[in-house]
Amino acid sequence: MSEEQSMAKMRAALVEQERPPRPNGIATSLTFAWRALLKIKYVPEQLLDVTFFPVMFTLMFTYLFGGALAGSTSQYLQFLIPGILVQTVVFTTVYTGVSLNDDISKGTFDRFRSLPIWSPSPLVGALIADTVRYTIASIIVIVLGLILGFRPAGTILEIIAGIILVLIFAFSLSWIFTVIGLILQTSKAVMGISMTLLFPVTFASNIFVDPATMPGWLRATVNANPVSMLTTAVRGLMGGRVAFTEIIWVLIASAVLILIFSPITMYLYRNKR
Amino acid sequence: MNNDLDTHNQPLAIKAIGLVKRFGKHRAVDGIDLAIPQGIVYGFLGPNGAGKTTTMKMLATLLKPDEGSAQVMGHDLLKEPDAVRTRVSLTGQFASVDEDLNGIENLILIARLMGYSSRIAKKRASELLDAFGLQDAAKRQVKKYSGGMRRRLDIAASMIIRPDLLFLDEPTTGLDPRSRNQIWDIVRALVTTGTTVLLTTQYLDEADQLADRIAVIDHGKIIAEGTSGELKASVGSGVLHVRLLDPSTRAQAQQLLSDALGTPVRLSSDPAALAAQLAGTKAASKALAALDANQIEVSEFSLGQPSLDEVFLTLTGKPAENEEQKEGAKS
Repeated sequence: MSEEQSMAKMRAALVEQERPPRPNGIATSLTFAWRALLKIKYVPEQLLDVTFFPVMFTLMFTYLFGGALAGSTSQYLQFLIPGILVQTVVFTTVYTGVSLNDDISKGTFDRFRSLPIWSPSPLVGALIADTVRYTIASIIVIVLGLILGFRPAGTILEIIAGIILVLIFAFSLSWIFTVIGLILQTSKAVMGISMTLLFPVTFASNIFVDPATMPGWLRATVNANPVSMLTTAVRGLMGGRVAFTEIIWVLIASAVLILIFSPITMYLYRNKR
Repeated sequence: MNNDLDTHNQPLAIKAIGLVKRFGKHRAVDGIDLAIPQGIVYGFLGPNGAGKTTTMKMLATLLKPDEGSAQVMGHDLLKEPDAVRTRVSLTGQFASVDEDLNGIENLILIARLMGYSSRIAKKRASELLDAFGLQDAAKRQVKKYSGGMRRRLDIAASMIIRPDLLFLDEPTTGLDPRSRNQIWDIVRALVTTGTTVLLTTQYLDEADQLADRIAVIDHGKIIAEGTSGELKASVGSGVLHVRLLDPSTRAQAQQLLSDALGTPVRLSSDPAALAAQLAGTKAASKALAALDANQIEVSEFSLGQPSLDEVFLTLTGKPAENEEQKEGAKS
């Protein structure tokens, strides 16, 4: 193709375009979710954390500690599976902060921030895509549990409600990690700090053991931990004994997390250098 | 010169008064005024860390100025950031495309965000890939693109809806000459369609080739502004570079050249080389004749356009320094 021809083509492509009506925040958020999910096609390894880790944790806790903690592994499974579901998904939320930090350091977000769109949509879209990942993790834990001998007393709907409750809490918790992801310079630092935060929060809970044997002060802490409330709520739903008080506390905790951390996230995002 | 007339009668793409941006104690942008007419290429020329990118980011609504005000395409930067965003596009210094996705997916993403239906977004994406010579790489991950291809894709992403004002941050830094020429052609084509382009560059050559007007920026301030012709005139007509056969004769050569030219002669880092400002090209032959008459043998000489370093030397009295390290890692 000659120089003039290619220039003519270029000019033809640059004529005035008709501007479509401005898309709403939901549409742009979903477009960003599509972007995040597309990446799985190219980097399937990023599903490792939602596939390999749940399997490893479930097997490890069931067979290493199950017998000692609950008398038999099959009995422990009934107690552990709802908890390991919570733990797996809560740990997966760390990657939200890590991948946001990676994304921003590459400069792609400069363009997003200069577009005439609802400004939180790149973040909300990323969180929606992460919810898909959390769902994958949840299904893997439940299916593995069923194979190993988990026999929930609750109905299918109650089990699904339990998973949805975990997803709501995870979505809300993710906003803490978006804040960390925006403050720290490298994704390694984000990973380090987030894990340091999450380990005590998940282990000082009733995920693995009944807090009845703990000293009083620790038991009070463990019972006040939102992760414990979530675990109790999910155990209740899956065991067919719906724990309304805990469910309401989990929803309140989720709302509080979003109300505090999403404005901080947006402030940091808008003022990022 | 009818500068005043220009700025008052032509609609302005950018009008800025006293823009300041501080990062901690460092004043990255320290009082910048701009009056950029529509339909031209305007260049910000300066070394790393001079404040070019920060100024551009403020004008593109990515950073809030600490002081000052600006109107971009007739909209107030602070009061109507969204209206500004509908009129401008930004192609950042670090490629602002997603390197995990392929070429066409990147363009579809932006088109969808602009509000196009999936079908029209696909059509527009392939049209632009074709126009920018990237049709063969449509399905290739951007990670595997060359620097020039990445830049072209980046500009194409800014053209989904052709903006009235395009910000191009160092569009050719790190590109080979052929890719650089392609980008230059794109910028020229763009301006003929009516888009105003504001570009930053570290290369005098690039500003000279592309920009109708240039602002030289250093330490967050505009230290000179005008057409490239005006800037060059302020620097002198050029520089004489001389390389001697015998380095031990350099001191004597320096004396002879400065006598013949009447301008200061700098010693280059090469122990056999010197460089001097020229008032006119005739002086060069006189200076070389003086060396010859004193049996100082010259291995090479050249008459060069003033480089960015020389522009800075003249305008600021010191060489352009690279401030990137001083300023620390930018995020």
